[in-house]
Amino acid sequence: MLTALLRSLRTGVVTLRYPEEPARIPERFRGAPRPRPGAAFDALPPASVCPSGAISGGDGGSRYAIDLARCVRCGRCAEGPAAEAIELGRRVELAARSRPGLVVEVERGGDGRVVALPPPPPEAEVAERIRRTLGRSLHLRHLDSGSCNACDWELTALLNPVYDVRRLGVDFVASPRHADGVIVTGPVTRNLETAVRRTWEAVPEPRVVIAVGACASSGGIVGRSYASAGGVGEVLPVDVFVPGCPPRPEAIVYGILLAVGRVRATAPGARAG
Amino acid sequence: MADPTPILEDVRARLAGRGGLEPGPRPGDLTVRLRGPEELPAAAAELGAAGLSLATLAATDDEATSDRDVKVRWVFEPGGGAAPLPDVFVTLLVSLDPARPELPSLSPELPAASWHEREAQDLFGIVFRGHPDPRPLVVHDGWPRGLHPLRKRFDAGLRPPVEPAGEFPHLVVEGEGVFEVPVGPIHAGIIEPGHFRFSTVGESVLHLEPRLFYTHRGLEKRIEGLPVEDALFVAERMCGVCSVSHALGFCEASEQIAGIEVPRRARFLRTLALELERLYNHVGDIGNIAAGASYHYGTSAGQRMKEALQQLAEELAGNRFLRGLVVPGGVRVDLTAGLARAIEEAMAATAEALESLVERIENNPTVTDRLDATGLLPQRDAIALGVTGVAARASGVDRDARRDHPHAAYASERGLQVSVAIETDGDVHARMDVRAVEARESIRLVRVLLAGLPAGPILAAMPGLLPPWRAGLASIESPRGAAIHWLRSGADGRVDRYHLRSASYANWPAVPIAAQSAIVPDFPLVNKSFELCYSCTDR
Repeated sequence: MLTALLRSLRTGVVTLRYPEEPARIPERFRGAPRPRPGAAFDALPPASVCPSGAISGGDGGSRYAIDLARCVRCGRCAEGPAAEAIELGRRVELAARSRPGLVVEVERGGDGRVVALPPPPPEAEVAERIRRTLGRSLHLRHLDSGSCNACDWELTALLNPVYDVRRLGVDFVASPRHADGVIVTGPVTRNLETAVRRTWEAVPEPRVVIAVGACASSGGIVGRSYASAGGVGEVLPVDVFVPGCPPRPEAIVYGILLAVGRVRATAPGARAG
Repeated sequence: MADPTPILEDVRARLAGRGGLEPGPRPGDLTVRLRGPEELPAAAAELGAAGLSLATLAATDDEATSDRDVKVRWVFEPGGGAAPLPDVFVTLLVSLDPARPELPSLSPELPAASWHEREAQDLFGIVFRGHPDPRPLVVHDGWPRGLHPLRKRFDAGLRPPVEPAGEFPHLVVEGEGVFEVPVGPIHAGIIEPGHFRFSTVGESVLHLEPRLFYTHRGLEKRIEGLPVEDALFVAERMCGVCSVSHALGFCEASEQIAGIEVPRRARFLRTLALELERLYNHVGDIGNIAAGASYHYGTSAGQRMKEALQQLAEELAGNRFLRGLVVPGGVRVDLTAGLARAIEEAMAATAEALESLVERIENNPTVTDRLDATGLLPQRDAIALGVTGVAARASGVDRDARRDHPHAAYASERGLQVSVAIETDGDVHARMDVRAVEARESIRLVRVLLAGLPAGPILAAMPGLLPPWRAGLASIESPRGAAIHWLRSGADGRVDRYHLRSASYANWPAVPIAAQSAIVPDFPLVNKSFELCYSCTDR
């Protein structure tokens, strides 16, 4: 007991200070792909390069879009010669309130160069939103709707001493009846669809739904099939989408904090959905 | 490595006259095309008598080919006898009428066959005559009869509506004071979904009936028709914490088909990734066992070790689950001197923290009291059910695919012969101890790999399309045990059929047996000591 205490004291504080301090991103991190503005439009890789079908357009047309919700961060679209046209982002703060908010779209400029549209939201506004919501508490029920367990383990990591999400007033609770919302991982399998609906119904209103990972956000690599609904949005009203395969723990923290802003914006007693 | 010749000669002699013998799927393996389905039980019994045990079942729908049949392949591997076991697979192949695919069930004699047969019944519509428990396994309530997703004529876009479900059919235990406790599929913690029906008297578990396959995503259908370079990303996502193992199994099977020699440096780096995956799993699992015993210091210590190793994984592979590293033909990113130093430092830190945690647990009677004699899996049950990995080795079954089916750089290189950890108590404590010994061995292997890393290329050229109609077979020792990958290319060189029998799939049927020596509050502890994935079981 005493030695355990001494060891703990010697170890000191290991907890990261995200979001006050930015996430530490390793050099090889494969983040969200983005067409480089100014690059030759024709250098963009064909849609077939993406194993999860996140890329559309190109192929002679004048538009090109990458759906970050579908993207599994394999990085293949930015490999080889395509690296000139696509860069992999280093931000983890990608969560959005709507699916269109996760689509990066560019068009062919008059000179054959990539022109971005529309511009990404300004960083300052995002930071302000986080500050505004930091004081708010959110208790969530985890709902695995058929994940590969990578997203689940990243949710577990939020409770480890390094991320310790409880310091932000966020916790995971055992019963949906104790929860302010559900945090969902997986594409919603056929065998879980009923359980997913019932768990959500058991959460008192107003309730938030946070979809974590490519599968939950869009179906991801699983897609839509006899066994998969193709994303949580097909079954529940989603408030925040956190893309990634899986999203890093900080990306999930950011998504949760974004969701808290949504609850504040809703009139008391109003249905959050 | 043991010579496979004696066992193959024995099998040839035993099966003479029952069908045609040919090599495959790998050059040193044996496939027996049985004269008819009725030969199957006797042939399987001969293989059992020759010391072989069941590895997997791979069915294919070849109705649209010139064969016009449905094929069922029972794949066996050496199971009994002294280690090391010879690296060989023996396949019993049966051709069935695609309109009425029917054959005798092996489950009455071979309990390990039960889930495989139920799965093939659901997904292919194959009838296994005499199966003792023919309830649906993979498809749940309200699934239309006569609709089998892995038949080629099944429309991949079809989505039959989800209908309300009644009580799932299960064994009902009756008697004074017997209660049923339903748990799941949505659980109280951050864990994967499964339903457990406990029949209890007081705290004692009389009977546990699990119902899984809630996370069935249809991935084996999803992967059909993809070129290998795309299919890899699906195989890698069968499971999160087995990402490296599953990617590697898929790659080795596809490389066999393509006839590609993977460069030596790539094989070392693949082995490195496998051991790093095992290590982050094992230290995290020891922490989770501590959590199951309410020892929170141990939980935090395990979580911190795991977190540090996952941060290391991201430095190395750009992903905290080491995704994107293993690709067909080799590996995608190389090791730098700086990364090698970071790995060495992480090994030193993990080794120190691991010994500290294990010592603290072992010297804490309030913890060990929970671990001892809890969740017993007897050796004979482990063998009968074909249990693998940590769960098997903790019950005295001396098997490890790193030694018995060498892959990546194991066995073939100096210092990479794996010392297999064996315990005999078969309880939670034994499974924790096996993990601790294996974690130390992983650290040793990582150091050997770093010290002996050969120079050279990391990627061999892989064709975009595979040679048509060839099969590959690989057994990879994942953190949970041997995962068996069966892959076949189609006429167009794309994936025609891919089947994964994960370690968790083999081990789940053992959990209800272990639960019988536990009280209900200890079930989470028993479950954590097996630490089975639902996702790579359900696929």
